[in-house]
Amino acid sequence: MQLEKIQYDNKIVKAFIIATVIFGIVGMTVGLLISIQLFYPLANFDLQYTSFGRLRPLHTNAVIFAFVGNAMFAGIYYSLQRLLKARMFNDTLSWVHFWGWQLIILAAAVTLPLGMTTSKEYAELEWPIDIAIAVIWVVFGWNMIGTIIKRREKHMYVAIWFYIATFVTVAVLHIVNSFEMPVTLFKSYSFYAGVQDALVQWWYGHNAVAFFLTTPFLGLMYYFLPKAANRPVYSYRLSIVHFWSLIFIYIWAGPHHLLYTALPGWAQSLGVVFSIMLIAPSWGGMLNGLLTLRGAWDRVREDAVLKFMVVAVTAYGMATLEGPLLSLKNINGITHFTDWIVAHVHVGGLGWNGFLIFGVFYWMVPRMWDTKLYSSKLANLHFWLGTLGIIFYALPMYTAGVVQSLMWKEFNPDGFLTYQNFLETTTKILPLYMLRSFGGLLYLTGVFIMAYNLVKTAAAGKFIANEEVEVAPMVKTSSAGGGWHHALESKPVLFTTLALVAILIGGVIELVPTFLIKSNIPTIATVKPYTPLELHGRDIYIREGCVGCHSQMVRPFRSEVQRYDPKFGEYSKAGEYVYDHPFLWGSKRTGPDLHRVGSKYADSWHYRHMLTPTEVSTGSIMPAYPWLYEQIIEKSATAGKISALRTVGVPYEEGYEQTANDDLDAQAKKIADGLKMEGYEVQNEAEIVALIAYLQRLGIDIKVKNEVAEQK
Amino acid sequence: MYKNILQNIENVAVWPVISFVIFFLFFVLLLWWVITADKKYVDEMGQLPLNDDATPNLTDTNSHLL
Repeated sequence: MQLEKIQYDNKIVKAFIIATVIFGIVGMTVGLLISIQLFYPLANFDLQYTSFGRLRPLHTNAVIFAFVGNAMFAGIYYSLQRLLKARMFNDTLSWVHFWGWQLIILAAAVTLPLGMTTSKEYAELEWPIDIAIAVIWVVFGWNMIGTIIKRREKHMYVAIWFYIATFVTVAVLHIVNSFEMPVTLFKSYSFYAGVQDALVQWWYGHNAVAFFLTTPFLGLMYYFLPKAANRPVYSYRLSIVHFWSLIFIYIWAGPHHLLYTALPGWAQSLGVVFSIMLIAPSWGGMLNGLLTLRGAWDRVREDAVLKFMVVAVTAYGMATLEGPLLSLKNINGITHFTDWIVAHVHVGGLGWNGFLIFGVFYWMVPRMWDTKLYSSKLANLHFWLGTLGIIFYALPMYTAGVVQSLMWKEFNPDGFLTYQNFLETTTKILPLYMLRSFGGLLYLTGVFIMAYNLVKTAAAGKFIANEEVEVAPMVKTSSAGGGWHHALESKPVLFTTLALVAILIGGVIELVPTFLIKSNIPTIATVKPYTPLELHGRDIYIREGCVGCHSQMVRPFRSEVQRYDPKFGEYSKAGEYVYDHPFLWGSKRTGPDLHRVGSKYADSWHYRHMLTPTEVSTGSIMPAYPWLYEQIIEKSATAGKISALRTVGVPYEEGYEQTANDDLDAQAKKIADGLKMEGYEVQNEAEIVALIAYLQRLGIDIKVKNEVAEQK
Repeated sequence: MYKNILQNIENVAVWPVISFVIFFLFFVLLLWWVITADKKYVDEMGQLPLNDDATPNLTDTNSHLL
């Protein structure tokens, strides 16, 4: 057989590795900073660009898309070429992908601190960047599928299946969730409203975890773990079951983020059932990974690469058992909105993604530079710092979550809440927040040590930019056994289509009924669209990332109704959100829920509170927002906002955009006059006035009358 | 209330049946595929990642480099 000389492209892998390390350090440093802000509010620096609400999405985006994203591409570009015995399809596409992705990250790093955000978690970037993401993602997919088509290895190893599923599903998720109506270049409103927006967002959010943080890394696990252990995967058959059942089931589980909310009950139950089922494929995969090391456990003691991988796979197993359990309604009722969820995602992020990345990098870099690792001692030190970091992160957060949740729900014998003041439950857990920051610091220190170790390794070796190998051309005939079962995996386009169908089935069955009932959603006659001033206030609320700490979803629990609406006893209803583009239910309560905050306090209370939170609530950890008192509402944008919202279905009358600012002026004057009467100097058009107008509107429509009308 | 909403969708009762049938068939076919897969093929597939080493200095014999 004639052997062919080809070259694997290591240069692109190197670029992605460097980007991973740099953005890993940036993303985690921002994470450390915002964790400090939570017990030391002065670390917000009273600057709008560095306040918690704006930096929190920067942290999540940097870690997910820049750190984990770049690492995913590094691992895929390395393993794909070797598994397929082919250089990447097109070097230009590789570099367009690389630089395009880095530009998107740069755009995120600029726009998020500026407050340009859609507020939808892990999809905060505004519409022009969304389009760029779609384009670059297609470039990545095109390059990958192109490589698969020109491969010299007939069979597609299971890792490649995971890569294909990643590409296809992330594309679908991103496009569906990003339907939005542009107002300006950097402002848009979600196409969906309220309950539907929530369902689409968490269908996206959950599956972003599944198909951005999980499936590509399972692919990497199936490639790099056997390489590092130098033995084949424990059961290839199990890996097939793992793949298909995982992608088929995962897509249904999104609604478990919305238990006890205003989401229809059937959708909640669907989410719970599929979440529980997910344990099976997840643990199948974890066991497959760990059992691959059978007979090699002695090496795990010495080899830092294997150590990192073992902890990563174990963390995957823990997180994927915890996730389904958190989806049970009784457990979710306690853990949702608390720090338990923060711990859960960080076991996944720090343990599974982080440790697998570190293991893979310690394995790849010496090989790509044709040398040995500079220091295995430092790698082991990194391992222990990282492991301790995860423990110091997760345990305090688990404790904080349970402690605070139980305090929220505690009643005294007289039937009143024991901790009426939400702040009491926050100050109680501040020491645990400090421990968490310590854990983060340990983990970040480990990453710095890795960076040093990898740089020294590269300096000692000689980079092989193009790795030359001799490979046999693809044999057309069936190489083993025959039969229909592997005819499938040798046809990449058919395979991609089937993977797409598998994930679409769940998505369609979950989403379609909710869209069919659009016209039938129980509307509440007294719920009206926001006034122009309130709309501006809502956009300021979105810009400042208030949703990062405040939910707008009073769940139907006695403890919540009594805390948030003691007078009327109303929990949140689906019909109250029909004009909310986007929904702002939130996922974490660092501060109290705000859905019933309307008319709870005087305007002057809000005025003082936003200026100096600690003056109104002693010990508050909320940042101050002094800039809202100086900046002026952008009235020129009013007409555009009204028109855009009308396009997506909010019933503002035709032509209202022309006169909207008159209403805005009148309402602003009323609020400002009231504040001036109490001695607070404020311009009518200051942003704080709009924000107060919005906060005072929240959740009060339902109280006007108890008339519930069903539009048929 | 939601029961009424769902009743308003035409033929809504068929949705869970369709879901179940799709699910059942999917896993039956998957298991059939996996169980009947040829052993030689399965072993060959499992070996794939191990057969692509090209870096001269770093063969399996010194994979203990850490």
